[in-house]
Amino acid sequence: MSLAVPKHKMKAKVYVTLKPSVLDPQGKAIKHSVQLLGFESVSDIRQGKYFEVAMGNGVTEEKARDEATRLAHEVLSNPIIEDFRVEIEE
Amino acid sequence: MKFGVIVFPGSNCDHDAYHVISKHVGQPVDFIWHRETDLSTYDAVIIPGGFSYGDYLRAGALARFSPVMNSVKEFAAKGNLVLGICNGFQILCEAGLLPGALIRNRDLHFICDYVDVRVENTDTPFTHELKVGSVLRMPIAHAEGNYVCDDDTFAELQRDRRIIMRYCDANGETTEASNPNGSRDHIAGICNRARNVMGLMPHPERACEDLLGSSDGREVFRSLAGTLAAAA
Repeated sequence: MSLAVPKHKMKAKVYVTLKPSVLDPQGKAIKHSVQLLGFESVSDIRQGKYFEVAMGNGVTEEKARDEATRLAHEVLSNPIIEDFRVEIEE
Repeated sequence: MKFGVIVFPGSNCDHDAYHVISKHVGQPVDFIWHRETDLSTYDAVIIPGGFSYGDYLRAGALARFSPVMNSVKEFAAKGNLVLGICNGFQILCEAGLLPGALIRNRDLHFICDYVDVRVENTDTPFTHELKVGSVLRMPIAHAEGNYVCDDDTFAELQRDRRIIMRYCDANGETTEASNPNGSRDHIAGICNRARNVMGLMPHPERACEDLLGSSDGREVFRSLAGTLAAAA
């Protein structure tokens, strides 16, 4: 067994958010309700999506990041309207 | 001339499209299950409305990966006619066959209503039987019909007259109140560069029977059939 094989499985966390220029009516509606409830410090809310992607045994951090980034770009987000961020953890 | 209506899990206007082609256009038409890949016997393909894959992830986002969509891309690249209606329009955008995207309606509601749309360009295979400026009454039924695109794409759409229909009032004026979902510049339908792929949010196939409220949509299918007849 190679020492390079990680003991734990990698997990990718993918955050998808609307581009700042794209109107987010859902976030706006939530913000409105939240302000009615008296959360005075809240000035804006943008709604996004969060994905947890479990990687198989023996996937390296580099490979996990590459695949998760490609997955986020090609499937989980629509680059015309959304941005994404990928975090990898063991 | 033979038509195909693609059926995804969750499509629900497939039978309306089938009905219009068989009854009003009077041509042979097949349902094409989304796992099929052979479109070689068809002259035009309709991607119908509905909620393919339950609109999971984004409207149209998962349908794009169905096996039939690779065939639709090849079919379109050869210049064949592809009409996407409502969810079909969303799928064509997600698949990159049409530019831009359709996002949540401005006021968040799912809108099920009749709208007026103005015909902006009749120099297409889908609208040549219509008149520029004429107003069609058709139903919409969507939560994600708010068309967005970047400024460069928008300029190109305008320059090449690829905006085919715009939401308007009964007089054909594009007033703020007549834009049901917040679409950029009232866009209700666009086509690709080659003009053989069109996406529409309103439902022409559900506006083909006077008994059901409007028959204005028939002209779209008459145009389509006329194009194919002329090419035959």
